[in-house]
This record gives sequence, C-alpha cells and structure tokens, in this order.
Amino acid sequence: MTLIATTAKFKDNVHAALTDARLQGALGHARNFTVRRAEAAGRLPEFEALRDSARAIKDHTLAHLDLYLEAYERKVRDSGGEVHYAQDAEEARTIILDLCKSMGAKSVTKGKSMVAEEIGLNHALEAAGIDAVETDLGEYIIQLRGETPSHIIAPAIHVTKEEVEREFRKAHRDLPPDRSLAEPEQLLSEAREVLRAKFLAADVGITGANFLIAETGTSIIVTNEGNGDLTQILPRAHIVIASLEKVTPTLEDAAQLLRVLSRSATGQDASVYATLSTGPRRPDDPDGPSAYHVVILDNGRSSMLGGEFEDMLRCIRCGACMNHCPVYQAVGGHAYGWVYPGPMGAVLTPSLIGVAEGGQLPNASTFCGRCEEVCPVRIPLPKMMRHWREREFERRLSPAPLRYGLGFWAFFASRPALYRLSTDLSARAMHLIGRGKGRFSWAPFAGGWTRYRDLAAPQGATFQSQWRGRSGAVR
Amino acid sequence: MNATAAPSGPIRKSQPRVGLFVTCLVDIIRPSVGFAAVKLLEDAGCKVIVPSQTCCGQPAYNAGDRATAKALARQAIDAFEDCDYVVAPSGSCGGMLAKHYPGLFAGEPELAIRAQRFAEKSYELVSFLVDVLGVEKVAARYDGVVAYHDSCAGLRELGVKAQPRRLLAGVEGLTLVELNEAETCCGFGGLFAAKYGELSNAIVSRKADDIRGAKADTVLAGDLGCLMNMAGRLQREGSAVVARHVAEVLAGMADGPAIGESQKGPRQ
Repeated sequence: MTLIATTAKFKDNVHAALTDARLQGALGHARNFTVRRAEAAGRLPEFEALRDSARAIKDHTLAHLDLYLEAYERKVRDSGGEVHYAQDAEEARTIILDLCKSMGAKSVTKGKSMVAEEIGLNHALEAAGIDAVETDLGEYIIQLRGETPSHIIAPAIHVTKEEVEREFRKAHRDLPPDRSLAEPEQLLSEAREVLRAKFLAADVGITGANFLIAETGTSIIVTNEGNGDLTQILPRAHIVIASLEKVTPTLEDAAQLLRVLSRSATGQDASVYATLSTGPRRPDDPDGPSAYHVVILDNGRSSMLGGEFEDMLRCIRCGACMNHCPVYQAVGGHAYGWVYPGPMGAVLTPSLIGVAEGGQLPNASTFCGRCEEVCPVRIPLPKMMRHWREREFERRLSPAPLRYGLGFWAFFASRPALYRLSTDLSARAMHLIGRGKGRFSWAPFAGGWTRYRDLAAPQGATFQSQWRGRSGAVR
Repeated sequence: MNATAAPSGPIRKSQPRVGLFVTCLVDIIRPSVGFAAVKLLEDAGCKVIVPSQTCCGQPAYNAGDRATAKALARQAIDAFEDCDYVVAPSGSCGGMLAKHYPGLFAGEPELAIRAQRFAEKSYELVSFLVDVLGVEKVAARYDGVVAYHDSCAGLRELGVKAQPRRLLAGVEGLTLVELNEAETCCGFGGLFAAKYGELSNAIVSRKADDIRGAKADTVLAGDLGCLMNMAGRLQREGSAVVARHVAEVLAGMADGPAIGESQKGPRQ
C-alpha cells in the first residue's frame, strides 16, 4: 500500500525479522510449498519439458512484444473494451482514478494484484475518497493490518490464525463475541460474509491479470477463492491492471503456462479457478460489467528488453523462487523492503526503483542456485543478481571496505610468487596463534563471521609451500 | 597425514596428467585436503602436478569485479595449459572453472576458446574420480555416523550428488545418514557470510539443527568454505559433531584433527 521502499535498510530489516519470534514461527508455513511443488512435479513426467516450452513461449513473446501488444489491443477494442497504456506508476494511478471518477464510483472491490501494489493503488483510491476493499482473503487480512504483502501469491503468509482472529474481532463490529473463530474454516466464512456485502455494493471491480491473450483480447486470472470472479462480474465496470509482459500470444500458450504455474506455485495440478474475461457484457450475456478497461503498465520494463535483464520479463509470478530461497525462508518478504521479495524481487527491484536504492537485494544472496533450479521459466536469477553487482561495482556503489578489500586481495592474487610467500607466512603465524584451540572466536576484519561462528585456524604451512618441499625432496 | 604418499594405484598406459587446483581455502587453511586429493588421484593412476596458483577469482566475480575475475582466470588458464585435466577439491571453485570462465571472455573469441577448452577439462574432485576415472571403491576406513551436505555449486552446477555417496558407501566402518535438507544452502556464500553475517548465521543455524537431528557425529562436504561455516556454527553452539572434507575420509587421511579442532598433541 505504500510506495516508500525500505530496501536500502535491508540489514536492519533482516535484524528485525530474525529477532521477531512470532514472525519466525509463522515463516515455517512457506516451507510446505517446497514439498508440494516437488510432489506435483514428480507426478507429471513431462514437467521438465513443459518448463522448456514455457520458457520458449515467453521468449518468443518478448521478441515480438510490440506486435502482440498491438494485436491484443485490437482484440480488446473489437470486443467493446478499452486499452490504456501507462508509462509509470503515477500515470497508471491517474488513469484508474479518472475512470473511477467518471463513473462516479464510491466503492471498489479488488482482486489480488501485485501490479496494483507496485503502483500503490489502494492508497491513491483512499486518498480520492473511494473505498477500496481487497477480496482475496490474504490481501483482506493484510489490508486490515495496514501491511503490504510479504509473498507474491500468499500475501499474509507471515500472519498466524490467532492474529487473523484478533483483526476480525477488531474490524467486524457486528461479530458476536461468543462466536468461535478458532478454525481456519470459521475465519474464512466470517470473511466471506463480510465480503459478500462489499461485492454487491461495489461500483468498480479491479483485478490484475496472469495472462493477456493477444489472440482473443481475453484477460485471465488464476485464483483459489473465486473472489476474482465476483470482483469482475458484479460491479458496473471491470478494470484490469497488468504489466506489459503479461501479454501471451494464444489461449493454447496460456494453457501451457498454466500447467507450470500452479504446480510451481502451490503444488496444485491446477488452481481452483482460472477465469477468462473478454470485454464488457454482451447483449445476450446473463451478467457482467457494462464497461471493460485494461491498463497496461510499463514502469521501466520496456528498458529491460534487449538487455541483460530481459530474461526477468519471463517471470510468471509463481513464487517458487522465494519459497525455495534460504534468505527468504529466514526473514520473510517484508525485509526486502519493497513490493517484490525473494530472488525475483532481488532482480526486479533494482530494475524498477534503481540500483542505488535496491542494490542491497542482489547482494544478499549466497548464489545457491535453488531459485533457478525451480523457476518454471528457467530465469537465470543468480546470474542476473551478479549483473547487478557488476553494475554497482562499475558505478562504485559497492561499499568502500569491500572495494578496497578486494583491491588489496587482487594485488596479491595476481602476483603468484608474492601470494605464495605472504599466504605461507600468514598461515604459519595464524597456526601458531590458533593451533591450541584449533579455531578463533574473534579475528580482525572478520567480525561478520566470528560474531556468530568460530573460524578454523590454519594447519601450518600452506599446501603449495609443503608441496614444493615434498617435490624438492622426492624429485 | 604425511607428505610422502607415493603413486600406488595401477598405472595406466597413458597416465593422465592432472593439475590440482588446490583452491585458496585448502591451500591456506587445510592443506591436508590437498594431500588427500593428491592421494586419491595418484591411487587412481594419475600423474598429479601442482602449478603455481592463487585463486580462481570467484570472490571478485561474485562481487561484481569482472576485470579482476578475468585477470585471475587468464592466470589460471595459463598456469594449467599443459594439463590434461584440472581438478579442484571444491564444487564451488570447480564450477567457477568449468561453468563461469568461458562467459568472462564473451566478445574476445581467442580467449573465449581457450577458456572453453580449459572449462571442458576442469572437474570437481569426487565427480572426476567417479565419472571420468571410473573409480568405484576406495580403500579407506572411517568409524562414524556421517551426514553428507550437498554444497550448492557442486550440486547444481556440476551435478555432484551420487558420486560422493557412492564412494562413501564403500568406506569401512562408515554409516551414512541423510540430512532432511541436504540440498539446502548452509548460508556460506563466500563473502556473503561476512557481509551478511547475521543472515548467514540464521541459515547455518538451521543447517546445524538439521545435522544434530540426523544424529550424525561427522558432517562431510566437498567444499571447505561450507565446512568451515558449518563447523564454526556447530563449535560455537558447543556441539561435538565434527566436520571434515569428504576427500580426507575417502583417502583414509581423516585421523588428524577435524576442521577447527585443537591441533596440539601427538599429531605428526
């Protein structure tokens, strides 16, 4: 809901997350996704081949993005809808606010949309006096808490069910105090009851889109709760907000992508709903909105085309990279400080808000490679994080101690004879100091290590020094 | 541990000339891993040489300092020019040599070709023994319950997974147990461990829990960086679990102090 990034304070955020016992307890749930994904992939012999074909579909689309966007726009217009292009977040907000105002909208229901988060839509709607209600259960919960999503598909994964009960009792004034909300099902039906009235009262429904189909002008949303259907069918107008790389050539292509999307995301063979909408209500339709608008957001993405970050535009927002990321697992999504967390966020955030602001994220990775291993469209996430580090290094944005430290080390490492001599002397000296215990509990310039872990002491002379001794003696 | 191990394996008709890329951590912190690697390679019939070397350049590469990474890559490519193979007792450094060097020279065809040739002859130690040399069993004994941690780069860049387990299965006295999350990163990540110490510690603490949960008395891996991280955390927690490089156990050279253990006493 907020656009203020705290990404630059990543280390402080990490500290806060690691010392928050409640959050640490809640984070355990995200790990279930990894098991379910592995099971779902295992059930489908062609899963790996499907990933290749998903990647090929996205690469092809990105190579012809202009053509497919134009084709999509034509089809939307043919079906009675309208397409608006927004260069940045502000333009997107203005377009949506103007549309809402022109329809005299007082209340808006929203399906889950990360792009809406990216442009800070709820805040803008509220500021314009329009009541915006999130209808995805997770989004609804965090809206009550005044938070942003901590996961791109499970926005309230950091919240426990006890906390949800507390929020509901605070916000739902008609809720009898003796009604039990101990079980997730009870929480769900309570939310459903409250949201039902909101659905019926809404003037405009705003959803995101998983796919925009160029062949037909259709937008597709993937949900498990059905809230998206009510959001887009009941109000007078349906506004779709999506970023430009969501365009997909054909329905057949989308069907292929859907097969890897839900398996990678939640481990479901298919999501409960995949809802297609094409234009406003036609004369013989039983229901549907009378106006249909699509806002296509760029916000820096077109500048990624043709460059070293283009592969990132393949992302279909499944969340598998964060589910499998040791860093995300340790601290959750809010620590990343902006809209997109985890490895995909670590690559995307500097692209969208600048490397000076978002540069911490691509640095905070062990390069373990598990994100790339599970990415349904095989985005080389570690490689792109390294590209960001290169950009930072070139622009001298990396921290000075790191740059000078590297320079000092590189001086020795590129002079083998000097290196062998100096490492041998240091290893012998450190051995003499540390051999008793075998390790150090403190060492100069290594506080980041020794504050938490012991540091093994060298065994004595270096290998190269010993080897030379041996070769000399033997040969 | 000693420095007199002589070639003892069957000498092949054409004895492969293997350049040991010892890695800077092994070179400086734990030379015994280098001697274990030499023994394993010589037992398998290789002629081992150790060209003058420093570092593969990965710290610079991962810190975004491409120029230094390239300079160190060229240095290594030159130094190992006359080797049939380049073998490192590390999946991380091995991955750097075998998977990342060629990309450093994009746009410089001559160097790119040399880097590609170098990459194609570069291997991680245990996978080289099994996949290239066809080693099926080693003559070694280790009395202990051992958990093997799959270091990330070895696992995901080089496919090192079955090979160490296969050879460990043949070590007398050794019981191999699996960690619940053997494929989850230990949180080392090179400079990451120091730059993001608190975060790194959170990740390795979870790894330490997993190791203790597996009731192992020894944790093995193919990368000294990961091992120092796990050993350092276990020791800080007062755990009795010891950490060793897999090569030490496979070479039957695991009788000295484990990583970070006291080196006083009747060692040599």
